[in-house]
Amino acid sequence: MELSMGNIQFYWDKATTSDFYQKVADSDVEHVYLGESVCSKRRELRLEDWLEVGRELTNKGKSVVLSSLALLESKSELATLKKVCLNGELKVEANDFGAVEILSEAKIPFIAGAALNIYNQHDLKVLLARGMQRWVIPVELSRDWLVNVIAGCEELGIREQIETEVYGYGYLPLAYSARCFTARSEDRPKDQCALCCIKYPEGRKIDSQEGLELFRMNGIQTMSGSIQNLINDLPSMAGLVDIVRISPHSMAALDWVDKFRNALEDKARIPLEGFCNGYWHKIEGMKAIQ
Amino acid sequence: MELLSPAGSLPALKAAVDEGADAIYLGLKNDTNARHFAGLNFTDKTMTQGVNYAHDRNRRVHVAVNTFAHPDRSQAWFDAVKKTHDIGADVLIASNIAVLEYAATNYPELELHLSVQAAATNVAAINFFKQFGISRVVLPRVLSYQQVANLAQDTDIELEVFAFGSLCIMAEGRCYLSSYMTGESPNTAGACSPAKFVRWQETDQGLESRLNDVLIDRFAEGENAGYPTLCKGRFNVEGEVTHALEEPTSLNTLSLLPQLNNIGISALKIEGRQRSPAYTRQVTKTWRQAIDAMKKNPETFQVKKEWDQCLSSLSEGSQTTLGAYERTWQ
Repeated sequence: MELSMGNIQFYWDKATTSDFYQKVADSDVEHVYLGESVCSKRRELRLEDWLEVGRELTNKGKSVVLSSLALLESKSELATLKKVCLNGELKVEANDFGAVEILSEAKIPFIAGAALNIYNQHDLKVLLARGMQRWVIPVELSRDWLVNVIAGCEELGIREQIETEVYGYGYLPLAYSARCFTARSEDRPKDQCALCCIKYPEGRKIDSQEGLELFRMNGIQTMSGSIQNLINDLPSMAGLVDIVRISPHSMAALDWVDKFRNALEDKARIPLEGFCNGYWHKIEGMKAIQ
Repeated sequence: MELLSPAGSLPALKAAVDEGADAIYLGLKNDTNARHFAGLNFTDKTMTQGVNYAHDRNRRVHVAVNTFAHPDRSQAWFDAVKKTHDIGADVLIASNIAVLEYAATNYPELELHLSVQAAATNVAAINFFKQFGISRVVLPRVLSYQQVANLAQDTDIELEVFAFGSLCIMAEGRCYLSSYMTGESPNTAGACSPAKFVRWQETDQGLESRLNDVLIDRFAEGENAGYPTLCKGRFNVEGEVTHALEEPTSLNTLSLLPQLNNIGISALKIEGRQRSPAYTRQVTKTWRQAIDAMKKNPETFQVKKEWDQCLSSLSEGSQTTLGAYERTWQ
């Protein structure tokens, strides 16, 4: 099993982002995802900047993928998506079927991101024919579900072509909206948001009135209130999962790379508190099973 | 511009037909559709009766098979497609690639509409789904009016938009809030904030609504206590208790009617298969009158007070909004 560093879903300033990727370059991950998947207004780094970061990481031996925007609404966003897809250097993670269309029309192999609705072997077969190289399973799917998908792929004779990636660590992307919740939480209209989400590098907490951490707002995205952590579930991924993703929320993600690497090697369980892993166990995503 | 009304039961279908809906959409009594609620939807028998009732009056029936097929029992979704075809329904509404491909391969003559659950918001995504022979796309409720107008110019596929009903504030088919909290996904089980997880409790602090034990809202005496749809609860954002995501409110686009007509929208969809036949009747009647009035005289069309009053009385929290169609909502 290999490890990947997911793209930064929050809005970080350029200096922090650069610092982060310098550390990622020396970290023990095989794959790195880059780029903006949440909001087209976030431009601390532009496409050329991402490509430059990609070159540096490639030189350090990382397999680099550019993540594309998940929710596309305007013509300008679609134009940017085309530039991302046809960048000519890096592989692309398609997070909308629009990206799949652009990539497959250009005969460019792609990675199917977690924001695509892929729920069964038949979906995978169609996407393989369109150039899919890997899929990241939707975050709400369980191990049992994945077992059934893989069994279905065997029946269809496509098992060998399926490479599977799972969100192993991080806040989970749960929903996308036209509304910017972060701007609204500051009483700002979306069109005059002042990019205020940059003030919340780990999102803004949404708790129940009883203090339960439910969600995190991240611009137009709603994320899980707890960090999903599947480190103790790694043994149950054997034979099913090829790549485990660490989705960064701070520099702490780098420590988790080391912890996941150790766990893959020594198979020892580590005590966890305050994390969730319910989806993997086919229960409420927010719950935790030890 | 077609008026498409929801039917959760045969009486609702008949009410929609009687009040002038051009087409009615419905689902089977199982988890193959996105309104899989107890006591709702159609058996083979009621679906046949419904299709006959509509066809006798020259109306069309659309069948939603718009959840995502489970890997271990995809056949249930394929069977639903077969049933839609065999019973003689006019249109299949689907979102899952597996279902679309099955329909396109086995029933190429069956008219295929892309469900809102497929979340196709842009022309490239629409083009992706063209491979299955779709003739229409139901647009997610995330686009502004101008974005819908642009899309109408850029694609040759028919567009259907939501005109009225409960407001889903997330891109449809891409929201896991409900499964995060309850373990059941709208995409795979066919219901958001399912009723079996709902609990109401009178407490010293007021009436509490809970979903799978999570406090969604707390109402003071006299406050309108709505169904605990989890994105419409009152939550705590750094000390401020607020409708952090959305208020209990419904979408109402009556005022946009002439513009939607101008840009060539093919159909207006009324949300609410989970609502009563009386709801379907009243909403269909109101929209029929409004569409007819607009068609008669698009330049001078004005929303009548009684239409708005009627629709508000049927809305969540008795409030309505233009939702994402209006930039200020976003």
